[in-house]
Amino acid sequence: MIKHLLSGADLDADTATEILDTAAEMATVAGREIKKLPALRGRTVVNLFYEDSTRTRISFEAAAKRLSADVINFSAKGSSVTKGESLKDTALTLQAMGADAVVVRHPASGAPHRLANWVDGSVVNAGDGTHEHPTQALLDAYTMRARLGRLAGLSVAVVGDVLHSRVARSNVLLLSTLGAKVTLVGPPTLIPVDIAGALAPAIDVSYDLDSVLPGVDVVMMLRVQRERMNDSYFPSAREYARRYGLDGPRMRRLPEHAIVMHPGPMNRGMEITPEVADSPRSTIVEQVTNGVSVRMAVLYLLLGGNNR
Amino acid sequence: MAYPPAARSSPPRQPSVKVILASADVQRVVDRIAHQILEKTQGAADTVLLGIPTRGTPLARRLAARISTFEDVAVGVGVLDITLYRDDLRRQGTRAVGPTELPPGGIDGKRVILVDDVLFSGRTVRAALDALNDVGRPASVQLAVLVDRGHRELPIRADYVGKNIPTSLAESVKVTLAETDGVDEVRLYGGSPS
Repeated sequence: MIKHLLSGADLDADTATEILDTAAEMATVAGREIKKLPALRGRTVVNLFYEDSTRTRISFEAAAKRLSADVINFSAKGSSVTKGESLKDTALTLQAMGADAVVVRHPASGAPHRLANWVDGSVVNAGDGTHEHPTQALLDAYTMRARLGRLAGLSVAVVGDVLHSRVARSNVLLLSTLGAKVTLVGPPTLIPVDIAGALAPAIDVSYDLDSVLPGVDVVMMLRVQRERMNDSYFPSAREYARRYGLDGPRMRRLPEHAIVMHPGPMNRGMEITPEVADSPRSTIVEQVTNGVSVRMAVLYLLLGGNNR
Repeated sequence: MAYPPAARSSPPRQPSVKVILASADVQRVVDRIAHQILEKTQGAADTVLLGIPTRGTPLARRLAARISTFEDVAVGVGVLDITLYRDDLRRQGTRAVGPTELPPGGIDGKRVILVDDVLFSGRTVRAALDALNDVGRPASVQLAVLVDRGHRELPIRADYVGKNIPTSLAESVKVTLAETDGVDEVRLYGGSPS
C-alpha cells in the first residue's frame, strides 16, 4: 500500500480496487448498532483545513472516529495562521504533537505534496487548489460501482467548470485507471486546451452537452466555482444554465439506467435544477454516505498496518 | 512418511511432514462435531454457526449441512471477519478486510458457535469475541475447532474439538479443505522429529 494519497494518479487499478472493496466492508459498519471499529485505536489523525469545507471535513472526521482514531481538527481561521505562521511551521507543530496522518485541504495547488516532505506521517490530500481531490474521485467511483455494478467500460460525462475543478482532475485520472471512458463537457473557456493529452490519453472533450447525453452511463455535474473566477468565463449565469445546466428535459434524454452525480455543494438553478437534484437518478446524498466508507478504507489502508 | 535415519541425526533443516487427518478422517471428525453440537445444545435450536475466515467459513457451512442432515433442523450460518479486531494488526503490513455475514435472524439472543480450523494461542478467538460484541448480543458463545494444538496464551478453551494434536512450538499445523485448497487434510510440519 502507498504511504500518502496525494493524487488520483498515485493509485493503480489494483490499489484503487482494494480501497473500493475495503470501503464496501466499511459500509456495513454504518448499518450496525455500534458504528465503531477498533482498527486505528491510539492513532492520531489531524484535519488541517485552510479552506472552508462542510462535507469533506465532517466526512474525514466521522471516518477517523469510526475507526477509533483520535481526531484533531485544525482550521486556519482562529489559528496562528492568521498571525502569519507558514504551512511548514504548522506542519512541524503537528509533527511534534505526533500526528500519524494529516488530512489537508489548502487553496494552493501542490501544498499536500510539500507537506508530505515535512512530516513523517501519512498525508491525505483533501483538495488542493484547482489541482486534485483524490478521495472525492474514490467515492464517486464507489458510487458508480454500487449503482451500476461495474466501472470498466462505463461512459462518464464530466460537465461544467473543468478548469477550476480538482474533482474533475482526480476523477479523470482514477476513472481512466479503472477502465471508464471520460468525456469532459463545458464551455471552451472552462476546459483547458491541452487537458485531454495531459491527464490521460483516452479522454474526449465536447462543447455540446446535448449531443453527449444520450450515450452516457453517468453525468457528473461540477459546481461553478465563482470564488475562483476572476475573469468572465461566460456571458451570464442564465446563458451558462441554458447551455450546460442539467434540467428535467435534458435528464429525460439520458439512457434509462444513467445516474446523475454532483460533488456538492450545489448551485441549484445554475448547473443543476432542483428537479434533477432531487430525482431518483441523483446520487448526491449517496455520495456523502459513501464518502465516509471510502475515507475509512483510505485511513485504514494507510495507517492500519506497519507499512511506514 | 518414515524418516530416514540420516535425516534424524542431521539438524532439522529439512522439515518433516506428517499427515494427521486424511480426507475421510476430516469428514468423520466433522460428523462427530455435528453430533456433539446436537447433543450439547438439545437439538441445535436457536443456534448460529459463525465461521472465522479463511477456513472456519467452509467448516461452519459443512457443520450446518451435517446438522440438518442428521436432525432436519436448519441452523443459521454466517461469517465473522476479525481482521480489524486483531491484536497484531500493527505488526504486519495492512491486511485485507473481508466480509462479515450474519444469518437473516441476526445473532441477538441466539447461541453462537464460533468455528475455526486450528486453536493455537487463542488470540484469534479473543478477536472474534470482540468482533461479536460489536455485531450483536448472543445469549451464549461456544467454540468449535477442527484441531487443538495447545500452547494457549489466553484463558480460552474449545467446547468442541475435532482432534487434539500435541505439538511443540517449532512445529506447525496446516489444515487444508476441499473448498479453499482442493483437498481435506490436516498436516503437521515438524521442527525436529521426536
